Amino acid sequence: MSFFDTVRIAFLALLKNKMRAILTIIGVVIGIAAVTTIVSIGQGASKLVSGEFEALGTNVILVFPGQTRRGGARQSGAPTLTTADADSIGTECPAVLAASPIVGTAGQVIYGNENWNPKQLQGVGQDYLTVRNWDLEAGGFFSTSDIESNAKVCVIGQTLIPKLFRTVNPMDEMIRINNVPFRVIGILGKKGANMVGDDQDDVVLMPHTTVRKRLNGSPLDNVGIIMVSARGTNQMGEAAKQIETLLYERHEIGPSEEPDFSVQDTTEIAATLGIITGTLTLMLSAIAGISLLVGGVGIMNIMLVSVTERTREIGIRMALGARGKDILRQFLIESVVLSCIGGAIGLLLGTGASMCANVLINIYKPGTDWPMIVSIPAAVVAMGFAAAVGVFFGYYPARRASKLDPIDALRYE
Amino acid sequence: MALIELDDVRRVYDLGEVKVHALRTVTRQIELGEYIALIGPSGSGKSTLMNTLGCLDRPTHGSYLLDGEEVVTMNRDQRAKIRNKQLGFVFQNFNLLNRTSALENVELPLMYGPRVSARERRDRAMEMLGKVGLADRYHHHPSQLSGGQQQRVAIARALVNRPSILMGDEPTGNLDSKTSREVIELFRELNELQDITVILVTHDQNVARNAKRTLVLRDGEIVQDTVDFKLAKAALEYDPALEE
Repeated sequence: MSFFDTVRIAFLALLKNKMRAILTIIGVVIGIAAVTTIVSIGQGASKLVSGEFEALGTNVILVFPGQTRRGGARQSGAPTLTTADADSIGTECPAVLAASPIVGTAGQVIYGNENWNPKQLQGVGQDYLTVRNWDLEAGGFFSTSDIESNAKVCVIGQTLIPKLFRTVNPMDEMIRINNVPFRVIGILGKKGANMVGDDQDDVVLMPHTTVRKRLNGSPLDNVGIIMVSARGTNQMGEAAKQIETLLYERHEIGPSEEPDFSVQDTTEIAATLGIITGTLTLMLSAIAGISLLVGGVGIMNIMLVSVTERTREIGIRMALGARGKDILRQFLIESVVLSCIGGAIGLLLGTGASMCANVLINIYKPGTDWPMIVSIPAAVVAMGFAAAVGVFFGYYPARRASKLDPIDALRYE
Repeated sequence: MALIELDDVRRVYDLGEVKVHALRTVTRQIELGEYIALIGPSGSGKSTLMNTLGCLDRPTHGSYLLDGEEVVTMNRDQRAKIRNKQLGFVFQNFNLLNRTSALENVELPLMYGPRVSARERRDRAMEMLGKVGLADRYHHHPSQLSGGQQQRVAIARALVNRPSILMGDEPTGNLDSKTSREVIELFRELNELQDITVILVTHDQNVARNAKRTLVLRDGEIVQDTVDFKLAKAALEYDPALEE
């Protein structure tokens, strides 16, 4: 019997028992729909996370001052990095886009009658915004001459506006930081919370020289951290290597000696996050897969009933010349047709559910660009899986049908 | 060479504790174009013989040559092919597929044979339905047809692959006497006009009388093989218990 005829007969046989066919495929429908939805939401989530990471600066490398040895005592966080280190990293490493020294401080910001303790009071270099991939909303950033002259200028984050200025436009207003007056020359764009939930907009940026000399009162030229951005996420490793080589040279450290700095890139964090979302998706898919399994068992059950019920039909077909493999194929295709119909419906439902999830996420958290992906490969895999369920769970009943004895089958009442 | 050659054919059913000898020994030849009735009391082995001849069952001993080919050593698929090509079956309860049109029922054997286009299949099935006088009922389902009509659909189905042998297992058993006569007439026509070998198992003496040769079975053996129905009837009614 030709393949086309077999498929046609399978459809006819299923149409004779529509209600049963529908009930049978529900398990597969739910299974495929669940898998599709979860995979698509999961893919969306990892896209979102990596996108956010990119916005934070995925390509950011931090250089920490490392341990030093003074008379046998090892000390971490010793002031070993200098502004000059930051400058030469920015100019001499080809894989580095920009570098900025960071000098931290803490204190109170006062404007008029209001005061506020921002999370971050940082002295940074001129290229800081490039490093962080951050834009200004208004005003400008401090210039090289501001840095050289320890100018008392600052750029503030969004969070400070409601806390200090309320309705006043902060531009060109004077604020006092630890009793030193600063002029606000720029306002940062909104960045939101970072991955651990810290408000990144609760920040005041000043020239690093100003912070060191006017606020910290330090005579040295050392910096807290050097923040570096690589030219691309894929160049992180290379950039880190170049920075190490450069600093080894600058600090005159021999190959066998321990370095007085450490280079840390954020790809590890990104990779960890990827593993977390991946594992979550996998786990949820496994749960959804179980429902697919249950659906498959449902198909097997109904096919077994169907074989018993149609024993006589099988006998007739055999008497008319159907071979075992014709019968096997007929029942196998019937179950595959069943599960594929279920798979197709499930795929549609899953796609619909993913779209609903997208809408809901946007209502719950407006502005989130949750990329909802039901990719063609995922759809193909889902359909393939449905067909595989049909073959796997249909094989036993079909084989049983094909092994029937024609005489017994004909006599079956 | 005869169409069918049975040589010491035996069929034993092994039921574990007991062995049932359904066919003790049958050696017989059947020529092309014969019209044979198999009669005998219940349990005489006529259905077993029928199933054996129909390649549905395999004897446990002996040799069965059909058209010169040994059936006993064939596997399931080969026997299926023989059933499809050379044999046509008609059953007491018609055995049509439910909820399937008369036309599709008749098309069935063509689906299991060598590839035939859908169009040719339909044409041949229609032609066959025409021959049994049901061309106008081709789209009816079995439940919409009378018993006689259903049996004629079954006969059309049995003949659509142009087999050399038509086998009937109590073909008139479920029919009233009038439709019985029509069906018997159809068998006779097929045998006389188209030279199809007809082998029927029957209880109905009218059917048996219509046949040209009658085999009477008792206890798994052929006790009478005659062209004279009177002799067959006598053999059937003969009761060995009364002799004593």
